[in-house]
Amino acid sequence: MFGQLLSSLADGLLLGFVYGLAAMGLSLIWGVMTVINLAHGPVIALGMFTAYLLFTQAGVNPYLALFAVAALGLGLGLVIYGVAVHRVIDAPHLSTLLATFAVNMIIIGVGTAVFTTSPHNIDYSLGSLALGPITVPFTRVVAAFAALAATALLYLFLYFTRPGKAIRAVANNRMAAELMGISSTTMLALSFGLGTLLACVAGGLIATFFPFTILSGGPYELKSFVICVLGGLGNPLGALLGGLLLGGLEGLVPAFMPVSWVPVVEFGLFVLVLLLRPQGLLGAR
Amino acid sequence: MRKVCCLAVMMALLGILGGVAGAAPAKTVVIGFTASQTGKLNVEAIRQINGLNLWIEQVNAAGGVKLPDGTVLKFQAKFYDDESKKERVQELYTKLINQDKADFLISPYSSGLADAAAVIAQQYNKILISAGAASDSTYKKGYTLIFQVYTPASRYLTGALDLLAKMDPAAKKLAIIHEKDKFSTDVVEALKKYAEAKGYQVVLHEGYEPGTTDFAPFINKIPPGTDAIMGGGHFADTSTFAKQLHEKGVKAKMVALLVAPPEPRFAELGEAAVGVIGPSQWEPLATTYNQETARKLNLPFVGPSVPEFTQAYQAKYKEVPSYHSAGGYVAGLLLGEAIKRAGSTDTAKVKEALDQMDLLTFYGRIKFDTGKEHGLQIGHEMIYTQWQKDAQGKLTNQLVWPEAFKTADVQPYRVK
Repeated sequence: MFGQLLSSLADGLLLGFVYGLAAMGLSLIWGVMTVINLAHGPVIALGMFTAYLLFTQAGVNPYLALFAVAALGLGLGLVIYGVAVHRVIDAPHLSTLLATFAVNMIIIGVGTAVFTTSPHNIDYSLGSLALGPITVPFTRVVAAFAALAATALLYLFLYFTRPGKAIRAVANNRMAAELMGISSTTMLALSFGLGTLLACVAGGLIATFFPFTILSGGPYELKSFVICVLGGLGNPLGALLGGLLLGGLEGLVPAFMPVSWVPVVEFGLFVLVLLLRPQGLLGAR
Repeated sequence: MRKVCCLAVMMALLGILGGVAGAAPAKTVVIGFTASQTGKLNVEAIRQINGLNLWIEQVNAAGGVKLPDGTVLKFQAKFYDDESKKERVQELYTKLINQDKADFLISPYSSGLADAAAVIAQQYNKILISAGAASDSTYKKGYTLIFQVYTPASRYLTGALDLLAKMDPAAKKLAIIHEKDKFSTDVVEALKKYAEAKGYQVVLHEGYEPGTTDFAPFINKIPPGTDAIMGGGHFADTSTFAKQLHEKGVKAKMVALLVAPPEPRFAELGEAAVGVIGPSQWEPLATTYNQETARKLNLPFVGPSVPEFTQAYQAKYKEVPSYHSAGGYVAGLLLGEAIKRAGSTDTAKVKEALDQMDLLTFYGRIKFDTGKEHGLQIGHEMIYTQWQKDAQGKLTNQLVWPEAFKTADVQPYRVK
């Protein structure tokens, strides 16, 4: 029983890092411009397909492909921001919700036409790591480390570079930042791009161990909402912690009850946190 | 006079005479169906329509089916993509019947979709040959026009348990992990009942949602010391399940999973495919379904032989046929045979012919229940395959059960 528990927990936690990474993208966008990006799921799926196409068409190693995935994610974010978000950024929340939802539908529609909804798979294996009762595929271990590395890079960028500091300034007080000569439009676009970059990279990592369709981003988008609420909306580090918490739960819950109860527990927790600690476990930023 | 006759025959062949003289010596029979060309069932579904299309092409090339009144029937397929979605199926079958004037229907692939189509077929008084759908429950609803080609779900995995008993009489612990859809649930319910009656202990019984990609939570729940793992669902999820069983280093004497293992594409899993057993409706290696066997059983043999079908399919589609392909072909074959025997395309007469049918084809024996569970397949038997490595280390899918079809001895999945 103990071995089983350990094994479940390891699986859950490793996956939790990737959940955290995906959620961080959503959290960052909310934190900087209070926009809920409903196109988050399809963007994750686009990350999966970019890695897939590079792997199958050009033979690029899926981990090297992540750099291209990141670049695409950034570009995609800038475009989405420019086309759909910028004009409604100061409008009520409903407008940005609808605008990003429209982007969501467009990506899914085009994606379904191009890739169909048949499952795709990156046929890539690194073998498995066996430690006592725990056996985990290496791809999941690498994904967890990659997620950690991406988090560290984001942190370094936000705290130690000029544009990073500018983003934080805009998040803090857009008007004051403008008065200091920071172009808030550029910074908002950049942070939206960073958010989608994180989502795409998370998608690319997930694609190395799970098969996917253009609709596969959906469940991760939902998980991202739960994670953001757990960790505190707008707090990237909280997102990582929330991801780990959710992953851990997903690992532990099935040990005690049928696996189909996992979403019930997850969303039960979501409601509980909203009721008892709406600012999240680490507090909003 | 002779000249006139010749001219008349020629014109009839060209189909010009039909409208002018009132008699209809040539007629096109429209076979309507939907196919999951996209969505999660596309691998199996495409093979099924490939099989059916091959039959249509062959029967038309051979001059069609001739009725006693001289009418020559040619067949034409009319189909739509159902995107593997139930709601699309009912809408499209209604359209096939009302707008496209389909004379006969073939089911879509998978039990859930076929069940949805069956209601419509029965309502509009159309015969539906159900290919690629094994669930038993469709035949408990009192339908009279639905005929099943596949061995029903309740007999899918029970044979694997017989094989396990032969392989290792000491094996007693069974874990069941299955997709929560109509077909897989029917299969494992019957399996569980059978296992418990045989004295097996079901140590885990869990269902997963269709579309699941992460099986780690289920695999982690398999208790140590489990002898056999059975279940799965359809191609996409079962392949992922098999892959993750391998990655997690699971040990068991037997792993028997639904639908995916008999598919040639399952070999793409490489090492993860080794040792996996799958129940199959039909295998190209099962050549014992032939004229000789038919004579012994005192049954008529209808249609091509196993090698003839396999070669024709390979020549057309450049791939080895799977049982899904054979199922699609046989659906057409049975329909053609029933029309021939009925001497008409009238629904009631063709139904009568299907009810009385008991014959052998390259695909196996075909006989339908005409009692309480009307249309249920009661003649056909399952075959069990296992992916094994040959002397060169190449993956091949061998037949391991029943004894009569055996091409190799069964090997344990992974015990060390």
